[in-house]
Amino acid sequence: MTTGSVAAFERSLAAVDATSTTVTPDEFADALEAAIETPAVGAPLPFDDVSLAETSVTLDPPRSTLQEAACGVTGSPLGIAELGTVAVESTAGGDELISLYPERHVAVVRASDVEPDLTAAFGWLSEQFERGRQSFVFATGPSATGDMGALVRGAHGPATEHVIIIEPHE
Amino acid sequence: MSEHEHTRAEGSNGLGGTEHNELRENTQLFNKQRYEAVARVEDYEAYRTQAREIKEAAIERLPDLIEQTRQAVEANGGSVYVAEDAADANQHIEGLLDEKGADSVVKSKSMTTEEIHLNDALEAADVDVWETDLGEFVIQLAKEKPSHIVGPALHISREEITELFEAEFDPEEPLDTAERLTRFARDYLGERIDAADVGITGANFVLAESGSIVLVTNEGNARKCASIPDTHVAVAGIEKIVPSIDELHPFVEILSRASNGQDITQYLSMLTPPVETPAVDFRSDDDPTMSDADGERAFHLVLIDNGRMAMRDDEDLRETLYCIRCGACANSCANFQHVGGHEFGGETYTGGIATGWEAGIEGLDVAGEFNDLCTGCSSCVNACPVKIDIPWINTVVRDRRNHSEAPSYSDVLVDGLVPDAEPAGTPLQKRFFGNFETVAKLGSATAPLSNAIAGTGIARAAMERLVGVDARRDLPTFERATLVEWARDRPAQVTDPERRVVLYPDVYTNYVQTERGRAAVRVLEALGCSVTVPAVCGSGRAPLSQGLVSTARSKAETVADTLGGYVEEGDDVVVVEPSDYAMFQREYENLLDESAYDRLAANSYDVFEFVYGCLQNGADSSALQGPTGEGVAYHSHCQQRTLGVESYTEAVLDELGYDVVTSDVECCGMAGSFGYKTEYYDVSMDVGSDLADQFEPVAGERTVVASGTSCIEQLDSLLRVESRHPIQLLAPN
Repeated sequence: MTTGSVAAFERSLAAVDATSTTVTPDEFADALEAAIETPAVGAPLPFDDVSLAETSVTLDPPRSTLQEAACGVTGSPLGIAELGTVAVESTAGGDELISLYPERHVAVVRASDVEPDLTAAFGWLSEQFERGRQSFVFATGPSATGDMGALVRGAHGPATEHVIIIEPHE
Repeated sequence: MSEHEHTRAEGSNGLGGTEHNELRENTQLFNKQRYEAVARVEDYEAYRTQAREIKEAAIERLPDLIEQTRQAVEANGGSVYVAEDAADANQHIEGLLDEKGADSVVKSKSMTTEEIHLNDALEAADVDVWETDLGEFVIQLAKEKPSHIVGPALHISREEITELFEAEFDPEEPLDTAERLTRFARDYLGERIDAADVGITGANFVLAESGSIVLVTNEGNARKCASIPDTHVAVAGIEKIVPSIDELHPFVEILSRASNGQDITQYLSMLTPPVETPAVDFRSDDDPTMSDADGERAFHLVLIDNGRMAMRDDEDLRETLYCIRCGACANSCANFQHVGGHEFGGETYTGGIATGWEAGIEGLDVAGEFNDLCTGCSSCVNACPVKIDIPWINTVVRDRRNHSEAPSYSDVLVDGLVPDAEPAGTPLQKRFFGNFETVAKLGSATAPLSNAIAGTGIARAAMERLVGVDARRDLPTFERATLVEWARDRPAQVTDPERRVVLYPDVYTNYVQTERGRAAVRVLEALGCSVTVPAVCGSGRAPLSQGLVSTARSKAETVADTLGGYVEEGDDVVVVEPSDYAMFQREYENLLDESAYDRLAANSYDVFEFVYGCLQNGADSSALQGPTGEGVAYHSHCQQRTLGVESYTEAVLDELGYDVVTSDVECCGMAGSFGYKTEYYDVSMDVGSDLADQFEPVAGERTVVASGTSCIEQLDSLLRVESRHPIQLLAPN
């Protein structure tokens, strides 16, 4: 992943009304605290170098907490630079519900997992399906509706989205 | 009358009401955004081609794919049921709910469940059903039906939704903004989703290899319906199956762009149920965590045939099954924009492709109710992301409708008079308009008397009563001397020609607007071409428009035979009237054998396309008439636009130094016989108002020109000044 592609990803996110911050693993915890609203719930991040364990995010939340949370944090196995898309996988850790219920969704994605475009993303998907990982949502910006006479962000899903992009150390 | 028909009648409020203004604004915006979104993608055409090929292949081997889907879903632990028809599907779904003891269902928008009237069936079985797509929720509250495949409530204004919600829910705070309405609906429906026993969704695609379903939404409601209740029922037409995840990509590239101009929707869900997301019981008194949740997930896929297998066997309706429900055909259709989906649609589907769906699913009668609203302008042809020839489907259905009528007394009168190939029973109006060539021939032979008689009040009243020619519309004036006669009597002007041209004397140019034909001949001669105007019949456009396919085919064969002879000798065929040019380029492919079609299509040209070519190849433009002071206001023709030849006129006029303003409205609203028919006169004028709004302010200071005969006739009735064909500007004196 080149810095140029991260920049393209950031631009696309802005174009779909999502915000983003790009940080190193060391800076992650602070960036996360700055990005979330509390109370926040989360699903375990599928990464080795960053985790939600030492943060104020509640992991494995009780159902009632999920319904009351202001923010949900999930790790994303894929980003698409061209579109500003992050993938949400259906996992036992509850990524699907945590990314969908609260008003704010914070997605964490590694720069090395950002593919340039949909063609590359489908190449990745094909491999995942081959390996038996077969349930993903491509989420592009916060949920929206035009059905009530004007564009409104935050229909059944989150109204705001923030993406934290983890870049390896130089 | 079914309940749906009942609510439909209540839902429509007549031409020009709020319903149509809302719908017009929304569809025109979607259409504009489609152009922009498509222009941003370099490979859009390649994706269209791929998508089309994938659909063709998938429908071809559909029985295999259904079986493969069944095996995959069952291997994952789900069930698959292939329902023969609506009753079968509803009975099966009720059985699934019974088994679970379910009495509440939340749904994500699904046209297939609209098609089988699932909500009515479930409500009759005492199940609470909530539509969670906000547009669909509005429709449910209003007891209406969708007016558009993608935006079911596009026809209802924000103010009307506020009124509806406030009457229904008596909320504490006013719901007078889109934000407040959305928040209210989300909270209200959120409670119902959390408490529901079963979630029902449609499926935009089904992947046979993995047993996955693909859902495309913006709101997130489909995700909730599929993941919050522990039981998920997906309902989809059998045609939604594609082989695997590898075939999905081109559809994702085209679907939302074609639909409303988004590059991709907010949520593209590719789910292989039962999914791993914990089944959290939102109704339980306990407060389990994600990892404590011990609910079992269940998944049922209901595939619906309901006429589709028969459509697959029907050579002309088969293409309908390639439809991915993007709604682009409706958004690009001027008549749909103006009359809306409750008029331009059947029991379930609306817009251009609705004729195919309704004919296949409900039958010819339902499709026939709105089939005549398709004028064959072909605007939807380039809009369709899977390249379905929608005008052809509409023509075929019209033809079948014509033949389904019983013969009547009027047939006895008409049979001997008109030389068509249609059986008795074909509606008289269709036969009259379809045989316009015969009328024109007679009218020309007896002019000017014919014109004088046709113009009398008595004649107009009789024409209106007998064949439905609206008395408010000016009739064409027939010329005594036809273009063919004029050309035959004229000595050759070019002795050592650069090129040899056959100018096709279409019916209008030959009998009515002979002046534009003479102008075309003089322009071509000025560019060094020898010009022949052979005696040959009409292209078949008029009968085709009326659904008289066999009559159109026999004319096509004659034309291709005559003109083909000239082409063999090395002549180029030049066509003045765009709708006839489009016959040669598009419709003849369906009417002629391949070699006859190819020969004519490859060697025929729109008149300005040909002039442009001559100028590019060194012909002297100073031989043509340049601007005489006034600027030009130009309206091109719908079928020219579909074929991509509309820009040649502008290019030639520019090169000659004309100051040209071009209309950006895509339709004049006339489309041949359409605007003449009493039942469509008002729609025709309403659609034309967009063009009038644009040209009225410039009509006093610019010469108005239009490429098509119908466009000119419509402009003449919309504006205070007369219009003509642009070739008439160029003709040397």
